[in-house]
Amino acid sequence: MAEIRIKGVAKAFGAFTALHDVDLTIADREFMVLLGASGCGKTTLLRIIAGLETATKGEVWIGDRRVDQLPPRERGIAMVFQNYAVFPHLTVFENIAFGLRMKKLPQADVTRRVTRTAELMHIEQLLKRYSGQLSGGQRQRVAVARALAMEPEVILMDEPLSNLDALLRLEMRAELKGVLAGSNTTTIYVTHDQVEAMSLADRISVMNGGKIVQAANPVEVYRNPAARFVGSFIGNPPMNFLAATPAGSGQWQVGGQVFAGPEAPAAEFAIRPEDLHPSDAGLPAEVRVVEPLGPHTLVTATVAGQPFRVVLDSTLAPRPGDVLHLAPMTDRIRWFNPETQKALQ
Amino acid sequence: MTDATLPDAPAAPNHVRRSGNWVFATGVALLVAWVLVPIWLLMANALSAPEEVTAFPRSVIPSFDTASLEFFFGFRGVLDALWNSIQVACVTMVLAIGLGAPAGYALTRFEFPGKEAFRFLVIMTRAFPLPLLALPLAVMFIRTGLDDTILGLALVHATLALPFAVLITFSLFSGIPVELEEAAWTLGCTRLQAFAKVVMPLAAPGIAASAVFAFVISWNEVFAAAVLTIENRTLTAFLLQSLDVSPLHLKFAGGAALVIPALLFIFAVRKYLFAMWGIANR
Repeated sequence: MAEIRIKGVAKAFGAFTALHDVDLTIADREFMVLLGASGCGKTTLLRIIAGLETATKGEVWIGDRRVDQLPPRERGIAMVFQNYAVFPHLTVFENIAFGLRMKKLPQADVTRRVTRTAELMHIEQLLKRYSGQLSGGQRQRVAVARALAMEPEVILMDEPLSNLDALLRLEMRAELKGVLAGSNTTTIYVTHDQVEAMSLADRISVMNGGKIVQAANPVEVYRNPAARFVGSFIGNPPMNFLAATPAGSGQWQVGGQVFAGPEAPAAEFAIRPEDLHPSDAGLPAEVRVVEPLGPHTLVTATVAGQPFRVVLDSTLAPRPGDVLHLAPMTDRIRWFNPETQKALQ
Repeated sequence: MTDATLPDAPAAPNHVRRSGNWVFATGVALLVAWVLVPIWLLMANALSAPEEVTAFPRSVIPSFDTASLEFFFGFRGVLDALWNSIQVACVTMVLAIGLGAPAGYALTRFEFPGKEAFRFLVIMTRAFPLPLLALPLAVMFIRTGLDDTILGLALVHATLALPFAVLITFSLFSGIPVELEEAAWTLGCTRLQAFAKVVMPLAAPGIAASAVFAFVISWNEVFAAAVLTIENRTLTAFLLQSLDVSPLHLKFAGGAALVIPALLFIFAVRKYLFAMWGIANR
């Protein structure tokens, strides 16, 4: 059992506060992705869990042990670094065996486990090479194999795919998901790539400004952002936001149309670009830029003077200057409090 | 013609570029001659028969006569001085690396108050001229009984070599990504084990180079050696004292005996010395 509990963890670097009282529980064998822009504190949180950074305050529990005072080697974790950190003076075999030798396992066990993880990561033909003779993708595989060979309770990954080229990243992403699903480990995976987060995670923790804004499964995070930031950060193109003026109890006027909304003193209207369809009535959008992308067409427009993007079927070919009427799917409309930026309803 | 069609910088006329090349070539030739001519003179004369050294006109190619060198090494006291030099240089090397490498590592990996001041002070140790320090040092050494000993001289030489040891090892450790150490910690190493298993194997060649450099600094140092030793002279101090009154061919032989090892050592470790100044040498 390796449930991870983070209780009130904060981290300050001098006057700068990197983490504000973070609370998070990650279930045993869960794949948790920490997602956020650079500087949001996600790597700091990961390094605190790993023991490479000490928290200013708070507790970290792995299973039933409090680990925040323990050195990394006693935490039952393995880590994959962004730049792979494959030891250049050791062969691939010795790299994967490194942690096992530190555990003083018998040679036969070391060989067995190295061979097995190498096969799992498809690098069995590279075991005699040095890291200087490997490509970036191969080094990545060695780094993951080295972590898996430890058979740790927890694997921590710090942007492991960000140094790979796009095609390789896609391939490794699917492979990582398969390999980690087959292991019994709890995984914490840090990334700034929302597609990576959506595709890998059981649950995503969206971080901003040293806080966890929302921790939920990928579809929930996408469909029901808990805060305006989540909607604007996740999704490509991101969520559209429009100002709303009250039009009676629970009624809001947006771009000349009236929508049913929450009972609140103020609200902001939000809709994902793919959740609208052209119709006779609806939000009047003046087309600015049209980008045909193959399966669909991305249209950048303005609605009541505010930027607005919509993804349309590629059979439609609006032209700049046209006015489209876009009807939102009413069950996909979200409302945010303009003050607190939190979701309403 | 509009401005837009003009290239960014007009091409230099041919004669300007040609004279530029000429200046460059001359500069290189002068610098090379500056270093090589004295070495060649030293070598040629050391390898000539004694009577050839003072002969005029003399041949450009030495006769490869080893009489001068043989006589030099047979000279009373030379081998003792050589042995003293080696001992002092070895102790210097151990002291400089033993103290310098940990300092270099600390400067690379740790943030501590006064770090910048410390780095500055390390360089500042080279700002005091040795003649200024030599006399008070001699007095102090006589009081503590360190005068005319291998250790005493090695302490002074270690002071001279330390800044370089710190700087070289600092750049060396900086070149080893901290993630390698962190990975070792997560894989079950203590800090010390990670250093021994990951950092040391990667830094060893550079540390050896830094040690050789400390050796050469001690090997070449003459002032402190001359002031602080009387009986146990190092080769440099011995030569300074005796060669003054020796014939020319012996001076050349002594000079060659001093310069050649230093040159070979420096050549062997040049890659790391360049690294100290941030020049890549591939």
